[in-house]
Amino acid sequence: MSVKNKIKIIVNGKQLQVIPKFSLKSLIVKLKMPLNKIAIELNRKIIDKKRISKIQLKNGDNIEIVHFIGGG
Amino acid sequence: MIDKKFKISGKTFKSRLIVGTGKYKSFKECAKAIKISGAEIVTVAVRRVNISDKNKARLMDYIDPKKITYLPNTAGCFNAEDAIRTLRLAREIGGWKLVKLEVLGDKKNLFPEMIETLRSTELLTKEGFKVMVYCNDDPLMAKRLENAGAVAIMPLAAPIGSGLGIQNKVNIKIIRQQTKLPLIIDAGIGQASDATIAMELGCDGVLINTAIAKAKNPIQMAEAMKLAVISGRKSYLSGRINPNLFGSASTTNKGII
Repeated sequence: MSVKNKIKIIVNGKQLQVIPKFSLKSLIVKLKMPLNKIAIELNRKIIDKKRISKIQLKNGDNIEIVHFIGGG
Repeated sequence: MIDKKFKISGKTFKSRLIVGTGKYKSFKECAKAIKISGAEIVTVAVRRVNISDKNKARLMDYIDPKKITYLPNTAGCFNAEDAIRTLRLAREIGGWKLVKLEVLGDKKNLFPEMIETLRSTELLTKEGFKVMVYCNDDPLMAKRLENAGAVAIMPLAAPIGSGLGIQNKVNIKIIRQQTKLPLIIDAGIGQASDATIAMELGCDGVLINTAIAKAKNPIQMAEAMKLAVISGRKSYLSGRINPNLFGSASTTNKGII
């Protein structure tokens, strides 16, 4: 598929290009993120991890994927 | 004297030392220090995953949240909205409800912003969170936090990471007298004796990160802190003698030659 047909999304502040109707689950799989160790926000809304296969990404979507790091 | 159990929001813990997981050289060193310290609760922070380096090590690979209670914090939050957003995300990672609220007011001294801290405590409690609150050592504010639903009061000893030790013993004692909630010194501990003093003032526990992680030998310091907390607690429970300006001989004069 040509670049023209791709949509632009922001993941953790970085722009990525994916094919239209790419699911949130596909994104998580592509990024090799272990689901049980992360939380996901889509456009500032927390996403239920059980529903990610049903969510299709749209142009301009802003995704945050977080995990636990060391802290005091 | 048999000690009463150390309970936070209905859950009992054996260790009265809570350890932070930041600033260590590696996750391996952090995990080792936690093990030696005997801590059953560790604070953790919520941050973006590194999407460019997918194989980067993760804290959860080294410290098993099934064995050690994770206490997600709100480090880096300066208002209630950011704190709530962070803790909702933490809860989503794996169902954590017991959290450490830390809303800062100034990037230089890292003192808590108490108006936002109080507001956050109210909002988070309404959402079902069990909030352990990092706060200043003001007895009036501690009372307000308690009324707002805090499950633990965690006043600073001194600024975060400063290692200055307990600067206001009187206020800590006053807070101790007025609350039945767990009272945990959070921030400012520099060495083992500071942890002991916190416990001798009647605190229920101590939360330490920098003093262990940045010690020349973090593993040994972790053990020192473990012993210091146990020692201070036993000393507190044993009931100290009254201080006296004058001497009192330990040896009787009876039978002196």
